[in-house]
Amino acid sequence: MNYLIWLALLTSDHLIAGGLWESPDSIERNQREILGLLTSDCPPGYELSQQNTCKFFHQYQTYPSILDRGIGGTRTGLPSFRDGFSPALIDLGRHLFFDPILSPNQTISCSSCHDPDHGFADPGAHSIGISRQPLDRNAPSLWNLGFLNRFNWDGSAVTLETQILGPLYNPQEMGNTKENLVHRLNTSEAYRFLFAKVYEKDPDRFEISEKHIITALTAFQSTLISLNSRYDRYVHGHHESLSTEEIRGLNVFRSFVARCSECHTPPLFTNQQMAVIGAPERKGLTFDHGAELVFGSKRLKGGFKVPTLRNITKTAPYMHSGGFQDLSEVLAFYNEGRAAKEGRGLYLHWHITSPDLAKSELADLKSFLNALEDESFKPKRPNITISKLILNNERRGVTKQ
Amino acid sequence: MKVFFGVGMIACIGIGFISGYLFFRQQNLNSSIETIQKETSFRSKVGKNASLSTVSSNTSGNIIAVRQDESIMDAVKQAESGDTILVYPGTYTETIYIDKDDITLRGVIKEGKRAVLEGEKRLNDAILYSGNNIKVENLKIQNYKGNGIMGQAGNNFEIRNNIITDTGVYGVFPQLGKNGIVEHNIISGIADAAIYVGMSDNIHVAHNEVFDNVAGIEIENTRHAIVENNLVYNNTGGILAFVTPGLPIKTTFDVIIRKNFVNNNNHKNFGAPGSTVAGIPSGTGILIMAADDVIIDRNIISGNKTAGILITDHGHAANITFDPESEPNADSFRILDNQMINNGYDTIDEIKALKAVSLTMGSPDIVRVGESKGSCINNKHRYVTIGLDPYSNCPFTNTDATRSYLLETPVPPRKIDKSAQGKLTYLGVCTGCHSYTGRLIGPPMKDIQEIYRNNPIGLAHYISNPVKKRQNFPEMPPQDYLSKETRLAVAKYVLSLKN
Repeated sequence: MNYLIWLALLTSDHLIAGGLWESPDSIERNQREILGLLTSDCPPGYELSQQNTCKFFHQYQTYPSILDRGIGGTRTGLPSFRDGFSPALIDLGRHLFFDPILSPNQTISCSSCHDPDHGFADPGAHSIGISRQPLDRNAPSLWNLGFLNRFNWDGSAVTLETQILGPLYNPQEMGNTKENLVHRLNTSEAYRFLFAKVYEKDPDRFEISEKHIITALTAFQSTLISLNSRYDRYVHGHHESLSTEEIRGLNVFRSFVARCSECHTPPLFTNQQMAVIGAPERKGLTFDHGAELVFGSKRLKGGFKVPTLRNITKTAPYMHSGGFQDLSEVLAFYNEGRAAKEGRGLYLHWHITSPDLAKSELADLKSFLNALEDESFKPKRPNITISKLILNNERRGVTKQ
Repeated sequence: MKVFFGVGMIACIGIGFISGYLFFRQQNLNSSIETIQKETSFRSKVGKNASLSTVSSNTSGNIIAVRQDESIMDAVKQAESGDTILVYPGTYTETIYIDKDDITLRGVIKEGKRAVLEGEKRLNDAILYSGNNIKVENLKIQNYKGNGIMGQAGNNFEIRNNIITDTGVYGVFPQLGKNGIVEHNIISGIADAAIYVGMSDNIHVAHNEVFDNVAGIEIENTRHAIVENNLVYNNTGGILAFVTPGLPIKTTFDVIIRKNFVNNNNHKNFGAPGSTVAGIPSGTGILIMAADDVIIDRNIISGNKTAGILITDHGHAANITFDPESEPNADSFRILDNQMINNGYDTIDEIKALKAVSLTMGSPDIVRVGESKGSCINNKHRYVTIGLDPYSNCPFTNTDATRSYLLETPVPPRKIDKSAQGKLTYLGVCTGCHSYTGRLIGPPMKDIQEIYRNNPIGLAHYISNPVKKRQNFPEMPPQDYLSKETRLAVAKYVLSLKN
């Protein structure tokens, strides 16, 4: 018996179809095969360094920004970002992201709620957690996460690593525990082998830790880059990339009547601040205090992190509660005026005004939001689920699954 | 600030503050004697030799004339960097946006007649710019709903000699810019600030006349700014230096407010509900909130009924958001000599209460609430003050040695370095579909290298005019939005790839 037995998913591009490896001298070859699950190339947008790390390069990087905060107008630099992970670690993170092994009953993966086909958000107003119960908040998009310094709707995490712990261990979400997660990953010979290889350790003695798992997920999520929309082409100098209608929309977007860009500030289309805008809860839900509970201030009652608008057309429904079905409803909400949102003891953000935009202006705004679409760097869903692989290595006495 | 000294404010002013204040008052009773201070000038390390007349290198380009019944925007679209657009007298009803660099938009004034940008209370903004080295001069701008002139991250800007009336929220609003001049403008009837410099650096605001606005001149979350020689009257609040919490740029420091006339700023507050200025008490001359290192030097501050100078921290300002990254105190303010007369004669209840508690007689010229470390005031005894007792003379008497905070060399152009252009474009654009050896959406670059070896021009041509060549690959979309120069750079880079 050789190294691998495929129990499921024999569709990988990397592997020749077939259940059993027949060549007798093939341990090394089979190791190569399983290692071949992980790419040695960096994701799009990254250059491989001599140290085998992926370094991010982008046109926006060459522009400056005030205090390097990465907010401004058209030609404005990006905030600092996460890079420097190896190609294999990033790809291992991709496999983990799509693998339900992360949930205790092996039913939910990160991608269950952060669906790449819906802007890495959830097309349902609420995601369904481990106990099949609906969650209160709409799953936020993950695009351009590597540039952010605050995560979750309520701003409760300040690193990607701590953010990831939230859904993993929240009893309503994936409902796992650290012990169970680490134990379960270590029961997968394939994951142990791959993690050991990524960290250049001996697979026979390697134990996957929580940190290894979190780092791989961080590495992958930091590579979800969307910076080549038609808007970006306009910025870099090709003004024909936007239609007349979209340019009118851009001008409404940045005008001080609508004030959209005051919080959804380029180039990321978020200023990464907390804002109280008074968006309603979905029917049947109690009031969500949001950032108030994180920051301990009444001033932030009902406050949430300003989300990016990149690929916003893909991530319906909208707002923390997923209460708005489409962008027209969102624009109508902002346009209806400040008075309609008052009461409830909220300290509404000062840019919540009564812009009273004309119908044509709302239509122009909507067209402009379309111009923020770019999924050219969207990663592929793996063809194979690593946790469903079983290694059989009798010669070395590894326990069978 | 939304509501400064809002309802119930007095409750916020803690016992600790008041008792501490009384203690200091007794300590300093004997110090209010005129002292002769040696004349010394504050000398900043920043920008002291910069030119005060221009902040960009003047490139001479073409002149494009625009006359009545023509469109200024058409001229902007046609203009190339370095060009000057001359707008002749007439009325122009349009929104102008300038997303290019080095453009001068200059009105021609003929016998007092100007080019008028007329918003008809229908258009949002008159001028939006995001390019570097933008100059806007000699225009008359009126009846817009948003802003007269708004900059978003444009550097080295010059906005001068414009007459701006009733243009909505702001008259002149450079935001997120570096190195800019706003001078010789006449601005009135603005529902927020006539001149609002937001989240910017190295700014010079001089010789403007601002009146009948809610706020005259506002320096917010901005560093290294000089506000001098302005005529600021009949606004609700005259000159403001703020740190507003909840913005992505968190600090204001090194602001010099000098030689301004700040007179009779007693206009009824007509700020929009919830706006940052709607709560400023009518009759405020100069207002410092949470900004650090603000120097107030030789202004004439008179007839402001609430107070000549108000200084506050975030804790004493109602209705602002909470921001843990925003330092709330107005530290190190320096009040040098100022001519102050007839201020605080009809002040707000909260200040009246402070007066009563502190047994202050007379109308207050200067009021400070909230913590403030390292602050000072020269010749304090000349004014009626509340909360100033802890502070004594400053280490200098004027700011003449700091002529300007403008940069000595302009912010450089935001162009992508030619040597990096190919690589950045390849990684930022091409790698979505191509890798060196693998098959993604398009073929591997290694194969492309075989075909176009020594022929970057051929490859550059194909990039913009692709045709279907491979049966089992989708046709490549044209990348014609990349400039010719960029296409050639990326072609050369692709042919040089090693992995």
